[in-house]
Amino acid sequence: MIKTTGLEFAYPASSPLRFPDVDLPQGTTLLLRGSSGSGKSTWLALVAALVPPIAGSLEVAGQNLTALSRVQADAWRARTLGFLPQKLHMSAALTVAQNLGLAFWAAGVAQDHRRIDAALAAVGVAELADRLPAQLSGGQAQRVALARAVLMQPRVIAADEPTASLDDDAAREGLQLLHSTAQLYGATLVIATHDARVGDFLAGAAADVPGHVQALRLARLQQPETSA
Amino acid sequence: MNTLGLAWRYLWSRPLSAVLNVLLLALGLASITFLLLVANQVERAFNRDLAGIDVVVGAKGSPMQLILSGVLHLDVPPGNVPLSAVNALKTNPLVAEVIPISLGDNFQGYRIVGTSLAYPQLYAAKLAQGRMWDAPMQVVLGATVARTLGLGLGQTFAGSHGLAGGGHAHGDSAYTVVGVLAPVGGVLDRLILTDTASVWKVHEDYTAEDAQDRAAMEEEREVTMALVRYRTPLAAISFPRWVNTSTEMQAAAPALEVTRLLHMLGLGTDVLRAFAGLLLLTAGLGVFIALWSAVRERRSDLALLRMLGAPPARIALLLLAEALWLGVLASAEGLLLGQLFMAALVYFLGLDSALLTGGLQWPAELAVVPALALAVSLTAALLPAWGAYRSDVLQLLQTR
Repeated sequence: MIKTTGLEFAYPASSPLRFPDVDLPQGTTLLLRGSSGSGKSTWLALVAALVPPIAGSLEVAGQNLTALSRVQADAWRARTLGFLPQKLHMSAALTVAQNLGLAFWAAGVAQDHRRIDAALAAVGVAELADRLPAQLSGGQAQRVALARAVLMQPRVIAADEPTASLDDDAAREGLQLLHSTAQLYGATLVIATHDARVGDFLAGAAADVPGHVQALRLARLQQPETSA
Repeated sequence: MNTLGLAWRYLWSRPLSAVLNVLLLALGLASITFLLLVANQVERAFNRDLAGIDVVVGAKGSPMQLILSGVLHLDVPPGNVPLSAVNALKTNPLVAEVIPISLGDNFQGYRIVGTSLAYPQLYAAKLAQGRMWDAPMQVVLGATVARTLGLGLGQTFAGSHGLAGGGHAHGDSAYTVVGVLAPVGGVLDRLILTDTASVWKVHEDYTAEDAQDRAAMEEEREVTMALVRYRTPLAAISFPRWVNTSTEMQAAAPALEVTRLLHMLGLGTDVLRAFAGLLLLTAGLGVFIALWSAVRERRSDLALLRMLGAPPARIALLLLAEALWLGVLASAEGLLLGQLFMAALVYFLGLDSALLTGGLQWPAELAVVPALALAVSLTAALLPAWGAYRSDVLQLLQTR
């Protein structure tokens, strides 16, 4: 679950950004919309406890994030949040399995090869474990990145522009997998995008579950209207 | 995969840069390895050749020249002293042993040293073949001499005047090889030993015009110097002063002179050391640039690691681990290069068994090399690591 009230953040030497309140139950999906520069990344960083807000309350997966120290926030993020970045960031020097292992390294826990295999199997690419990223197709790489995001069995999965640079078929397939994987792990799903196809897909996928999908639209500027 | 394993893979994800940085660092370390080996071997060679000689008594002049000529056999002697004066030393109660040394001739550049049987005993030399001399004009060869000149038992040769090759040959007086010493790893290997009387005989035969002349010469027999061992360490206080003031000779303490010599050599190696330091500094700069650009190139990778929950300290540690690998690899390669260079130098310049004894020796001082390598590479990594530690996640997220 994600619950925010009066959330504000300020970059150095600029006026604060204000975000609309969100109340998202566990296991549902949030569509975070807005054009580039509208603050989607900032909102994700706040929810990921990468930066603290300057005002407002912020509760994610039952944890009040404003109460965490920096170190606690990192540990919390490693356990709780699965991140699917727009650029997949596979380390070229590491095999697929080792790229997944980065998540264990980042969390400071021992490598668990069975969990790596299980996560790869969950997204249907178990046989790619020993490949290098350069040997993967675009679709395979996306699946591997998703496996990495769910490796620690997170409560929240955040996907940043998952359909950018994908054609319609690939985008639909990717979203389908993302959505079903989140369902499989019972995770809350946040998709940040300015791609209208994502909304269309979610509307279709969750048509029979009322309230499953919420949308948060960020305008280009959330600065207070001081000039008026 | 732990931090070291991950750092290793990241390091080799840019193989060219990794190899160049290791090489650059290794070159500086190799110079330092080389310098350490030279200093160590020169010092050891000197100490070995001193072999318990407490004082050297010879003609007045430079005390260092006396030591260089008579103990290390590197220089020409300052002059001769009367045999009678040297024999008088033996009656001094402070003196345990007096070993005469007579220099003057060489064979193909190897010094012919007239001395007593006590001289090879000083170095605990053992015979490899044959026997020691028991009459004048018999010689025992040092191991290097026998090997390079290819001389064997029973062969004869005539010495040449002077201490370097190419002097006037004493054609009529031939030496006979009666023994060859086993290598002692010191100055003895490069000498041709014979009885003191041989040297007199050669020169008297050469210069004497008649029997009367010869008799006069026998009265005035000289040796070049005498190596003296004390009966008691306390002799060091009074014996040299007694020699210097009461006789026409001077006494030089080898330990003192060698310390002085090493100090003078130190001035020369200081320049080389400064140069090696400069190389290391350059290498450190190279490591810094490589890691700095690695941080910039990997900004988004680092951001992902932060998203995966890695604390900034762990990411900084990753960079330090990468620098650690550079240091470890460069140490190994630098040590190896330095040793190989030393071995090649000794081999190609034929310095074998002079002062430098070759490569692949591991004196304890070489521990400085890995310590320096790690100090340089880790110091160079500090700022990039700090940069990685401080990297602004928001900025990272937006540079997609």
